[in-house]
Amino acid sequence: MLRAPWFLLLPLAFLALWHFAVAERWVVEGIIPAPAQVIDSWYTWIFGSAQASLSPYSGTWLANVTYSTRRVLQGFGLAAVVAIPLGLMIGWNRLVARVVDPSIQLFRPVPITAWLPFAIAVFGIYDASALFLIGLGAFYPVVVNTTHGVRDTNLLLLRAARMMGARPATVLGKVVFPSALPSIFTGLRLGIGVAWTAVIVAEMIAVKSGLGYVLWDAYYVGRMDICVATMFSVGLLGYLSDRVIVAASTFVLRWRALEAHE
Amino acid sequence: MSAPPAIALERVRKEFVKGERRVLAVEDVDLAVAQREFTAVLGPSGCGKSTLLNLVAGFDRPTSGRVLAGGEVVGEPSPARGVVFQEPALFPWLSVFDNVVFGPKTQGQPAAEYRQRAAQIIEQVGLRGFESHYPAELSGGMRQRVGIARVLILQPQIMLMDEPFGSLDAQTRTLMQELLLGVWERHQQTVLFITHDIEEALLLADRVCVMTARPGRIKKTIQVGIPRPRSIEVTTSPQFNRLRAEVFALIREESRRAATESARAASAG
Repeated sequence: MLRAPWFLLLPLAFLALWHFAVAERWVVEGIIPAPAQVIDSWYTWIFGSAQASLSPYSGTWLANVTYSTRRVLQGFGLAAVVAIPLGLMIGWNRLVARVVDPSIQLFRPVPITAWLPFAIAVFGIYDASALFLIGLGAFYPVVVNTTHGVRDTNLLLLRAARMMGARPATVLGKVVFPSALPSIFTGLRLGIGVAWTAVIVAEMIAVKSGLGYVLWDAYYVGRMDICVATMFSVGLLGYLSDRVIVAASTFVLRWRALEAHE
Repeated sequence: MSAPPAIALERVRKEFVKGERRVLAVEDVDLAVAQREFTAVLGPSGCGKSTLLNLVAGFDRPTSGRVLAGGEVVGEPSPARGVVFQEPALFPWLSVFDNVVFGPKTQGQPAAEYRQRAAQIIEQVGLRGFESHYPAELSGGMRQRVGIARVLILQPQIMLMDEPFGSLDAQTRTLMQELLLGVWERHQQTVLFITHDIEEALLLADRVCVMTARPGRIKKTIQVGIPRPRSIEVTTSPQFNRLRAEVFALIREESRRAATESARAASAG
């Protein structure tokens, strides 16, 4: 009984409600597309169609998914490469913490959307704007969680390492870093979520390609079916990228799975 | 001129400051441990035993007085003074073997040499066959064996042990005490062993220093004088019983004093 695919229950109920709401005209006609129409448009968007060759959305799905994914990976990668070493230093060295941490805490509450005009003014309607927003958005959770992980390192492990002759740099690399990895992965998971949010916002306004651009463009020309298909596409990509990080973390932190069985 | 003692504490005082509160952990401690001597420091809980060990290890500095190892003032922690902690404090992401070779590896010793030594030591502490296990897969006693092995491989002049068997069940503790006796009789390092267990101190050590309740001072030092090699059987001998009664009386006095003092402090506060 428990093995039945229960997770499908709510989505199917939602789909049914959606279908009947449109079919029975509970909602104003023409604003919300029926599920079947969304699936049909999504299919055409992905695979193209002979009849719909005039549609600007025919067969362009993969190209736009690629644009968005590439931006997310670049921005997120940049954020991780900067935030992980910086977080290690902030957690490890009091002087670095005193100099850098207050500024991070000061800038962190500024919503990523509030940076949009600034980004466009400085970087223009180019990829650089999008990368700036994505990178900045993903940077905060990674740096904060890395710092937290470092500070959480068991004092006895640090003492043990020093007693065995490890120099400070070795302690940082061989003890503090592995000990902080679970926290770092938490930061990366939060970061990739912010990165997908940021890419949609950035593409709506700061560049002219990608899923965010399609979303806003489709809204303007009244193609709600494409809007909904875009929302599902972004959700799917966000879910997949999260699974990839979880899989990497499960592999890297194999030793933790053993601890859970105690 | 005779060689300097392996460990010497001279009028050592250690005070911890936590915000407004000051806690005097140990005061006026004088202690000299000779080369290759096994000294146990015995005391009621909270008497600052572990503080003494942390000072000798180099994890803490004395507020006043001097701490010397091999005639030199103790600075940073060093592989010459190996520490076995109460919690094994193993690296959970490393296998048993990698935990054991952490010291020599991090010091850049040649792998061919330390790997062979590791195999021998792993054999001695009874961990053969568990080299590729992770700490989470081991029992408490086996984890502590790893904790001892990773210190033995450092070939330290001094071994500092902070209630290493305190969190083990009674049977495992006896096994580990016998294991330590065997290992020590083979390696013959200077050992400073912290414990609150009277029998453990008398079974293992050449000399037992009984501490007072806080602030910790050394109340009395007792020469054990039971011939070696020893085994668990000595704990039933008349000589052992006499020593146990003597130490028990000393400890009891201190525990009572600590209890009445904390009661007085509670009623006053």
